[in-house]
Amino acid sequence: MSGAAAARGLQALRATSISLAAIALALAASAVLILLAGADPVAAYWALLQGAVGDGFALGNTLARTTPLIFTGLAVAFAFRCNLLNIGAEGQLYAGALASVVIGIYLTGLPSVLHIALSIAGGFLAGAAWGGLAGYLRAARGINEIISTIMLNFVAIFFVSYLVHGPLAEPPGFFHQTAMVAETARLPVIYPKSDLSVAIFLAVAVALLTAYVLWRTPFGLKLRAVGESTGTARFSGVPVNRYVFGAMSVSGGLAGLAGTTEMIGGQYRLLDFFSPGYGFDGIAVAFLGRSDPIGVVFAAFLFAALRVGANHMQRTTGLPTSLILVIQGMVILFILGVAVLEWYRRRQRG
Amino acid sequence: MPLLRMERITKTFPGVVANDRIDLAVDRGEIHALLGENGSGKTTLMNALYGLHRPDSGRILLDGAEVRFSSPMDAIAAGIGMVHQHFMLVPPLTVVENIVLGLKTANAPRSPLLDLRTAAARVRELAATYGLDIDTGAQIWQLPVGAQQRVEILKALYRDADLLILDEPTAVLAPSEVRHLIGVLRGLAASGKAVIFISHKLNEVMEVADRISVLRGGRLAGTVAAAETDPAELARLMVGRDIVPPRRREGRAGDPVLRIEALRVRDDRGLRAVDVVGFSLSSGEILGIAGVDGNGQKELTEAIAGVRAIESGALDLTGLAPSRGERFRNIGHVTEDRHHTGLLMSFPLWENLALKSSDRPPFGSPLWLRVDAMRRATARAIETFSIRAQGPDSPVSALSGGNQQKLVLARELGLRPRLLLAAQPTRGLDVGATEYIHQRLLAARDEGMAILLVSTELDEVLALSDRVLVMYEGRAMGLVDAGEATRETVGMMMAGMERHEAAVQGGT
Repeated sequence: MSGAAAARGLQALRATSISLAAIALALAASAVLILLAGADPVAAYWALLQGAVGDGFALGNTLARTTPLIFTGLAVAFAFRCNLLNIGAEGQLYAGALASVVIGIYLTGLPSVLHIALSIAGGFLAGAAWGGLAGYLRAARGINEIISTIMLNFVAIFFVSYLVHGPLAEPPGFFHQTAMVAETARLPVIYPKSDLSVAIFLAVAVALLTAYVLWRTPFGLKLRAVGESTGTARFSGVPVNRYVFGAMSVSGGLAGLAGTTEMIGGQYRLLDFFSPGYGFDGIAVAFLGRSDPIGVVFAAFLFAALRVGANHMQRTTGLPTSLILVIQGMVILFILGVAVLEWYRRRQRG
Repeated sequence: MPLLRMERITKTFPGVVANDRIDLAVDRGEIHALLGENGSGKTTLMNALYGLHRPDSGRILLDGAEVRFSSPMDAIAAGIGMVHQHFMLVPPLTVVENIVLGLKTANAPRSPLLDLRTAAARVRELAATYGLDIDTGAQIWQLPVGAQQRVEILKALYRDADLLILDEPTAVLAPSEVRHLIGVLRGLAASGKAVIFISHKLNEVMEVADRISVLRGGRLAGTVAAAETDPAELARLMVGRDIVPPRRREGRAGDPVLRIEALRVRDDRGLRAVDVVGFSLSSGEILGIAGVDGNGQKELTEAIAGVRAIESGALDLTGLAPSRGERFRNIGHVTEDRHHTGLLMSFPLWENLALKSSDRPPFGSPLWLRVDAMRRATARAIETFSIRAQGPDSPVSALSGGNQQKLVLARELGLRPRLLLAAQPTRGLDVGATEYIHQRLLAARDEGMAILLVSTELDEVLALSDRVLVMYEGRAMGLVDAGEATRETVGMMMAGMERHEAAVQGGT
């Protein structure tokens, strides 16, 4: 056991050091941009840090924002372990949010624990159905999951838009939003001034569970086997198509939970275009976390901190918040750079 | 003065000395074989000669003058041609287009137009001179492997090569094609060209070469004249010890476990690849399937394994496949391509070993893996199969080809299947690993396993099998008992002759 753990630990350490190096390089490169913009990089980064984790309120906001990113990051990472690119976490998030809100609003009179559990289950299943649809198309019809998930994003987002404009709009219908979910469906709030609820614990627990499934269950082993080599998986008796479908379903379910926790953990109602792109950020989070569930947790925290800290940085230094997008982009670029370097070195040796 | 002289060539890669002060001299008109196991440094030495990498020290002299190549272009310009094991041809282009690819038009270097007619004429002339029969207008994909190889040779000759390097040229050929190739090489040598023939097959180099240089562990173990040596000495030089041929005890075949009748199977392109009348395989028996690569063996084994649909006919596994899962556990499968259908290269050894049995005791349960049990079993397999690996946690990609193959064998035999499909089980392996795998297969057979052995190595099939089935273009040319199977008859059947014809021609 210790040997396996040590080997995995070493691997994780290497992956972590690469991610950290990429972050450091991205911050250094962005410092040059800040200088060019006529500001002091040290002051800017200090303001960023203050804004992200400077006090309880800031930290609460950062953690609240971390929650959906963990789920979408896990969703992308899980699919990627099966060599599938799920670009549809955004749409699956909307599907999950829709199911959770409907359960939260219309299924009243339940004890809170049960109501919350049903809402979570509904969100997972709705996301899983949406992801599974792309998985089915890939497994049964050979349709590229990248294309289908991108397309299904639009379907989900605009279907929700239609619902909040009409069928599900809160009476009398002035605002394009649903009613609020019942008190019994809401997750307990940890830090009242921020949006932070116990959803963050749920997210971390699901990350640990995901890691367990991937590395400690036959399902996870076979799923990763399909991701590593379809040929070997097929010749070993793994029903490849079923695993493709399964991986996309679970991936969609994880993304659906991001919608669920947004709904019953802070926003409480469904609005038009309520997600600021958590599903798409999930791709970057999974990448920075090297498709490792634990890495995803930390990457999600970093991305959330950058986003939350950006406002404070803008107020104190006058730098635009869009600088954060530049930093995020550069982190990804540097990781890609390292990946290319590694690939090149391997090729040189081989 | 020899055409080529390589002096004290040394090349190190991180952690290994691939070439250690190797001397090699090749004369005009000579066929010089370079013999050695995989990893003995043959490829590194030839890559140095072909300009693919520069040696750390040592000199290369052509006609007495020192040369330094920084790329294969330099080597080609100096008159060196190489025929790689995997052909460097563009399938949709014609023979002559492939040959002139990358060259300026010879008679009008500045012309923007391609003069294929002149080129074709010259190719035909070269082909006639050296007996390299070819249709210059044919597209590469239409040609059989042997013809593609002739195109590669013509490509080198067209570039005025004086020294031709052939890397394992017989690996893809039928025995009759090998004979033809040897004739061509003799003709080339007779006309004053020098040939370097890379191989790991003893009989073959004895037959074709004038002199033989043997490499072992990156060093030159010796250079001997073919006329003054024998396979036993070569084997000793190559491996550093005596090789024991596999000894097959008299077998006792038990109950049949596999019966095939009028089986038809299609390949990936949808063409019929297998059309076999019928055969059966019993426990305690090795049925060898001989044949040149690509004659339906792959499709046949895949159909039996359950990873390829059958078109028509009967495939009776006598209770080995009550369910999908059972089928994969009851039938062991050493697949032809361990990288793509056998192993998970970046995964640790233990996950590879557990892959087929991860959801049941002793390795796991439907809900979790028993990692400790798997790692212990892997450690045991490393021991019993003498796999050279750091431990159960090292990735498979860190293993040599031979050790990877042993791991596959350990997994497939570890399931104690009643039927084992062994497709090219020793392809690309060195003599030591091959010897080991042969012993394992024979031991499994003695314990009552039914083994279907598919191999393109005739010697391997003949040494291990109780009965030999020869496949040609998807059909079974005949089934021969081990006692009656000779190289000659089986070789002729591999080239498409029915059994009775082959028997007449072969004189048995």
